[in-house]
Amino acid sequence: MVALENTDTRAVVAGMTIDVQAVSHSFELDGAPLLVLDEVELRVEPGELVALLGPSGCGKSTLLRLVAGLEPPSRGSIMADGRPIDGPDPSRVVVFQDPTLYPWRTVRDNVALGLEARGLQRSQGHRIDKALALVGLAGFEKAYPHQLSGGMAQRAALARALVNDPRLLILDEPLGKLDSLTRLAMQSELVDLWRSSGFTGLLVTHDIEEALFMATRVIVFSGRPARIKADLPIDRPYPRHRGDPVLTELRHRILELLGLAETW
Amino acid sequence: MSVNDTAAALPAANGGALPIGGGLPSNLLLRFSAAALLWFAASGVTALWPDAADAQEWERTGEFASLLVVAAGLLVLAALLAAAIRPAPRSRLESAIASLSASVPWLIALALGVTGWEILTAKLNLLPRPFFVPPQALLEVYLDDWPRLLDCFAASLRLLVTGYAVGSVLGVVTGVAIGWSRAVGYWVHPVLRLIGPLPATAWLPIAFFAFPTSWSASVFLIALASGVPVTVLTWSGVAGVNSAYYDIARTLGASPRFLVLKVAVPAAMPHVFVGLFMGLGASFAVLVVAEMLGVKSGVGWYLQWAQGWAAYGNMYAALLVMALLCSGLVTLLFRVRDRLLAWQKGMLKW
Ligand SMILES: Nc1ncnc2c1ncn2[C@@H]1O[C@H](COP(=O)(O)OP(=O)(O)O)[C@@H](O)[C@H]1O
Ligand SMILES: [Mg+2]
Repeated sequence: MVALENTDTRAVVAGMTIDVQAVSHSFELDGAPLLVLDEVELRVEPGELVALLGPSGCGKSTLLRLVAGLEPPSRGSIMADGRPIDGPDPSRVVVFQDPTLYPWRTVRDNVALGLEARGLQRSQGHRIDKALALVGLAGFEKAYPHQLSGGMAQRAALARALVNDPRLLILDEPLGKLDSLTRLAMQSELVDLWRSSGFTGLLVTHDIEEALFMATRVIVFSGRPARIKADLPIDRPYPRHRGDPVLTELRHRILELLGLAETW
Repeated sequence: MSVNDTAAALPAANGGALPIGGGLPSNLLLRFSAAALLWFAASGVTALWPDAADAQEWERTGEFASLLVVAAGLLVLAALLAAAIRPAPRSRLESAIASLSASVPWLIALALGVTGWEILTAKLNLLPRPFFVPPQALLEVYLDDWPRLLDCFAASLRLLVTGYAVGSVLGVVTGVAIGWSRAVGYWVHPVLRLIGPLPATAWLPIAFFAFPTSWSASVFLIALASGVPVTVLTWSGVAGVNSAYYDIARTLGASPRFLVLKVAVPAAMPHVFVGLFMGLGASFAVLVVAEMLGVKSGVGWYLQWAQGWAAYGNMYAALLVMALLCSGLVTLLFRVRDRLLAWQKGMLKW
């Protein structure tokens, strides 16, 4: 697979630095504040692919929404390349667990969304076909979302993100709803994409193997309110092997951290 | 003798060759011939059976019989073509004939119905007059009074389309504004709740003196009748848009304008069309009332006028025109919807 070429005269897209500084966040629930993130400190260097693991409902998605700029944190600040994040920006793109394609648009028009929103469709239109080819959806340009399988829809959502040349790709359980065979295939594809494009990746997953197979670092969160429990570098070369004994050892440690070691 | 008796007697007289259900192309010839035969029979009854002696003789009986013969002749032609197009239709004409064959049961029922109608009115004078007229009376109206009917049709169409267009556009704009802006919702929602359920015709007395012309008053009433359901449904459509659609667009750099026009409006479109259909139905009702009471033109006014003169033939003729107008507009709206919402699965076909 090849990366989307950057046709601008700017330097080649490089990953973004994300600096989460003492971020706490709470929601209002039945009039009482519900603390979801508690003093989270996290620095992600350019080109890293960081996996976030933690019990369901601990606040992982919330953290991703804050990084995407969809909501401001209650306390603390988040910096992107040293500048505080004050709203969403096409350099930080999100792929959710649900593909959330617009059902009234064809696959091609869905992928074109970012370019269209920024008025770049005319000048940068050729990137749409490249992005579609990159995720293996060439030939499905005219299909409507209801005509796609779950895997294809998620690929289209990925193309919709990649066409913007993001410097930070935020993935919130992107493979969570796919069947296991498609999931394994797309894990490899995502790793290839990330390795050839050089963006920074933030990946929330509930699958420990997936985190170990893909990420350069795994962050383990406590239950709500989310605190960082462990920060484990995965110092293994790519392409990785699922049977790697080092990864198996790490898997045991993570299960322990999540309080699930008995099931080992 | 009732209509049912007539209907039961006639096919038996024709040898009982009544094809039932969706038959095979092999008996196309038979099915078309049976229909043609019944239309010839209808024409024969009309032309050869003298009108009842105790009533007026109807004009245009000959023309009506000729019309029935033409229909029968076309069916004979279809039968011959149907015989020739085995095994499979190739040209456009041939596939048109093949699809016409699906309507054969209807063509037969229509022939029986017209024959029964003819017998009960003109031939036996069994139905109270002047409320019931034979079919040739309608033909007489179309042949003699068509300029005025056409005028009325055009006037109704113009009034309806103007009012409906104004109402729909304002309805969509208001609905989006309420769904989008909290401030607009704060002010408009209570007004809508109070005034929305009121039938538009309740405004009739005020409208006719508040507006400079009865035409503009009628436009207002039709716009009001169609605008309210469009507003409410558009609003509920916009309010129900999956918030993840907005999140996606925002992270991709969408402006608020883009979020409204390219996300909220298309996502709400299925709801908007429900409102447009409801509004269209409401506007028909208001159109007729407004024309009867205010504007001195249009099919509604013609209906009123015909009733006043006890010209029941004219009334039925106008009713048929009105039905075609309304049904045509509903069909058109369905077409537009089918095109715009082609991305939806399993849509109702009209
Ligand atoms: N918009 C919201 N309003 C109130 N509570 C919320 C909202 N979004 C998330 N929460 C709550 O915050 C907690 C963390 O949610 P989330 O970040 O989605 O967890 P996860 O780690 O499973 O992704 C959950 O208890 C959830 O109920
Ligand atoms: Mg989540």
